[in-house]
Amino acid sequence: MSKIIEGLLYSESHEWVRAENGTAEIGITDYAQKSLGNIVYVDMPDEDDEVSQNEEFGAVESVKAASDLYSPVSGTVTEKNDALEDEPGLLNKDPYGNWIIRVSLSDLSELDSLMDAAAYKEFLDKEAH
Amino acid sequence: MSSAYFPHTEGDIRKMMERAGITSPDGLYADVPEDFIFKREFDLPDGMSETEVRRRFDALAAMNVPLKVFGGAGAYDHYSPSVIPYITSRSEYLTAYTPYQAEISQGTLRYIFEFQTMMTELTGMDVSNASMYDGPTSAAEAAMMMNACTKKKSRIVLSGSLLPQVIEVVRTYCGYHGLALTVIPHKDGTSDREAMIADVEKGDVAGIIVPSLNRFGIIEDLDGLSDAVHSAKALMTVYCDPSALAVLKTPGEWGADIACGEAQTLGMPLSFGGPYLGFLTCRQEYVRKLPGRIVGETKDADGKRAYVLTLQAREQHIRREKATSNICSNQSLMALYATVYMSLMGYEGLKEVNRLSSVGAHWLHDRLLETGKFEEAFDKPFLKEFALRSRIEPERLQHELAKAGFFGALPAGDDLVTFCVTENRTKAEAVALVDAIRRMTI
Amino acid sequence: MKYYDKLIFELSKPGRRGYSLPSGDWGDGEIPVPESLRRAEAPKLPQVSEPDVVRHYVNLSNMNFGVDTGFYPLGSCTMKYSPRINEEMASHPGFTGLHPLQPSETVQGAMTLYASLSSALCTLTGMSAFTLNPFAGAHGELTGLMIMRNYHNSRGDTGRTKIIVPDSAHGTNPASAAVCGLEVVQVKSTPHGTIDVNDLKPLLDDSVAGIMMTNPNTLGLFETEIREIAELVHAAGGLLYYDGANMNALLGKVRPGDMGFDIMHLNLHKTFSTPHGGGGPGAGPVGVAAPLADFLPAPAVAPDGNGRLEWFEPKNSAGRISGFHGNFGVLMKAYAYILMLGRQDVKNVGPYAVLAANYVKESLKDCYKLPVDSLCKHEFVFDGLADDSSDVTTLDVAKRLLDYGFHAPTIYFPLLFHQSMMIEPTETESVETLDAFIDVMRKIAEEALTQPELLKTAPHNTPVRRPDETAAAVHPVLKYNFQSAEQ
Repeated sequence: MSKIIEGLLYSESHEWVRAENGTAEIGITDYAQKSLGNIVYVDMPDEDDEVSQNEEFGAVESVKAASDLYSPVSGTVTEKNDALEDEPGLLNKDPYGNWIIRVSLSDLSELDSLMDAAAYKEFLDKEAH
Repeated sequence: MSSAYFPHTEGDIRKMMERAGITSPDGLYADVPEDFIFKREFDLPDGMSETEVRRRFDALAAMNVPLKVFGGAGAYDHYSPSVIPYITSRSEYLTAYTPYQAEISQGTLRYIFEFQTMMTELTGMDVSNASMYDGPTSAAEAAMMMNACTKKKSRIVLSGSLLPQVIEVVRTYCGYHGLALTVIPHKDGTSDREAMIADVEKGDVAGIIVPSLNRFGIIEDLDGLSDAVHSAKALMTVYCDPSALAVLKTPGEWGADIACGEAQTLGMPLSFGGPYLGFLTCRQEYVRKLPGRIVGETKDADGKRAYVLTLQAREQHIRREKATSNICSNQSLMALYATVYMSLMGYEGLKEVNRLSSVGAHWLHDRLLETGKFEEAFDKPFLKEFALRSRIEPERLQHELAKAGFFGALPAGDDLVTFCVTENRTKAEAVALVDAIRRMTI
Repeated sequence: MKYYDKLIFELSKPGRRGYSLPSGDWGDGEIPVPESLRRAEAPKLPQVSEPDVVRHYVNLSNMNFGVDTGFYPLGSCTMKYSPRINEEMASHPGFTGLHPLQPSETVQGAMTLYASLSSALCTLTGMSAFTLNPFAGAHGELTGLMIMRNYHNSRGDTGRTKIIVPDSAHGTNPASAAVCGLEVVQVKSTPHGTIDVNDLKPLLDDSVAGIMMTNPNTLGLFETEIREIAELVHAAGGLLYYDGANMNALLGKVRPGDMGFDIMHLNLHKTFSTPHGGGGPGAGPVGVAAPLADFLPAPAVAPDGNGRLEWFEPKNSAGRISGFHGNFGVLMKAYAYILMLGRQDVKNVGPYAVLAANYVKESLKDCYKLPVDSLCKHEFVFDGLADDSSDVTTLDVAKRLLDYGFHAPTIYFPLLFHQSMMIEPTETESVETLDAFIDVMRKIAEEALTQPELLKTAPHNTPVRRPDETAAAVHPVLKYNFQSAEQ
């Protein structure tokens, strides 16, 4: 069973969003880290890069797999999580405690298109079948 | 009974068919539509014995004319130590596949790690991959890599002083890969720096490729070029001859981001063009865009030092259409060739190779000018290869030399011809070459 | 195999040397290069004697496993025996000294070999013309796709930017397409692993350049609907590309040209017995049907009308894809192999390879899960153990095989199954070898139930055991650290 946290928003490509005051932290879900296995590298955009909803902004790599990251929201990258450069395994250890990028949101209404915890749980259940 | 390579006796075949539940030989292809089964004869000779195969190859060899090699243009007749074929023909290296099962491939993985180390030493770069096919394709991969590293920039600028086959292969790859290509003609035999910089400053260029030793054998002075390229947010690749880098300024010292080239000069026989050895090295920050296999060091379950293929998420078997390159098999055994060569030669040996070659080349250069059949072309520093303006029509000169038993005077555009001397040539051979030319009419 | 822990750099001692160069009659002049063009510091290459070098690389080789060491059932890789006559011929002194740019009148023997091998490959595959210039299978794919694009463009048909690739294809197929600037469209497989023709149909329109296929496919199954697929793709104006990775199944029996393929590559290091060399050099010749012969890359070989062979650039050439004309030494090996087999024995290659695969499959399918239980061609795929009550995985089985002196099959490919184990025995293995492998596979299946821990911790008898790949990728160490060695 994959862990899902209340209060976060989720995308179908298994990213989570923690939105507050026009900014958002973006990370990958417990389900995503489990399917990848030991994460060895996180390819992150640079500060000030623009990201757009549903578009690729980076990638997560394990030894035998790679998965592109799709941004659940649009905006400007204000920060990337430098700790992941040295210890990408943090995403395995605590996927919800470690965001990948912080974004200053350009369109708050995009948040409405994301799933809440219950909806995401239902989505995962459906995917499993 | 058939070929020595098939171990099956009639009894074996019966036993195998029975277990497989197949009643007749045709049953093996029962799933193939009948009219796709080939029932005619192949247009091939009858099977031969080894003696007959040897005879066939001897007959073919007799149709070749061995020449004393005084030409280069991307393939060089350097000394090849006797130890190398002995090592590289060992079954354990020769008949292994790509080292996917690290536990039983530490031999391959270790020599690739050594190769990577040696190539970074020679090129002055941070990281190396496990090899590319040949020099020209390594340059094409470098072009695509520069595009990948600079995201949206999709134009590549080449110096016209690169070998023509390098320019042609890069042109082919760029054309299909959707990259624009500009070739800036050489100026007096070397890269036209001003024109290249002006072009790069237009802002749409991912990177440039310039040679270290160029098509005319000239050692290019790349001082300051990388600064100009980097200020335009473009990258610089230097195409080089790793043998010469034992003594010449390295791509790293010139400020390059990527180095690539042809490593046939590291002890590989000419072999009519292959197998040779391309290589690609780069600065640390671009390692995730470096194509091809890479070997890394780690520890095994018992804490022993061990080697594995690493950073595989870059590669085609994982990234598929998003991989930086499609390369899979490379030239691994030739990387072993180069590694054993570099181990035997060391820095001192390579320096001596360059000394003998360059002293010989300068001697020949001066003697050829004395014949009155040539004029100085560029008067710039060269190593083992040089260009002259020929007063004899270049094609005719080359063919007449071939008749006299020499390979030299390679046409290099207009009235230019190139010659090359390596440590494999003797002064007596060079004297004979000069004499042969002296006897020719203009 | 014995663990040996040295790197050549660790044997280095100042003053030692392993080379022997002529003292030279050029005198003792210095390298005539200005200081500003010379490197500042000497490269740190080892200083070792010749015996040091020989012993080091022999010791390293003892940690390697090759076809000559033992059975190598690596699926899709066709690890057959490499005859030694190939090697002897490739080192023939009448060829090794030839410069690739020598005037053609001085290399007629080498050019004749090039032309003869091309013709031999034509008759064996049903194609019209071959280029031998591509260096490897993936390079052949790229070359073939360039020909495909060039063909469409030359007819003014410039909108064909998509290529259809089965979801079960080798990773090189989509990667080659991307390098060639084509957009990859995946076609689904049926549960039997063959192309789903119903999924294919709606994908075919005038934006499609063609389709890439292997036949037999990655499950070792013959694509029985190939005739219909060829008709559909051709009717839509597309071309069929044949990935020759699995050609060993068909050699001597079925020709891609007869099945409707327009372009194909061969892996000489698979089907034509040239050794794989630990990852190359290989060769990936590309063959085409007659209408495409003018699109082959340059240079190509043809008679000049005066009884001699000459290099030329085909009229609609896809351009130059290699510095010279391919891995010539590898071509020599493949030519020797074809001469040895001749027109009779070459007909046995495919059938014996297919027989061996079916023999192993039938002997093991009660112990391992066989997702598609039917006649296979040169290889087949198991989906893990039949009894999956233990948590033993395909990786564990593979590692345990190493303990028993066998190479592992290709694992976790194709991606259609979670525990894929792709087994290709080839025609050069005796029934005794196959039986020994079968016995060990059965024993391992038993061990999985009785002593799963033995498998989870396997291998036990190899020079190293389960290297930490995660650590290698997180903090890559990609070259020797001279500094830490000095401390």
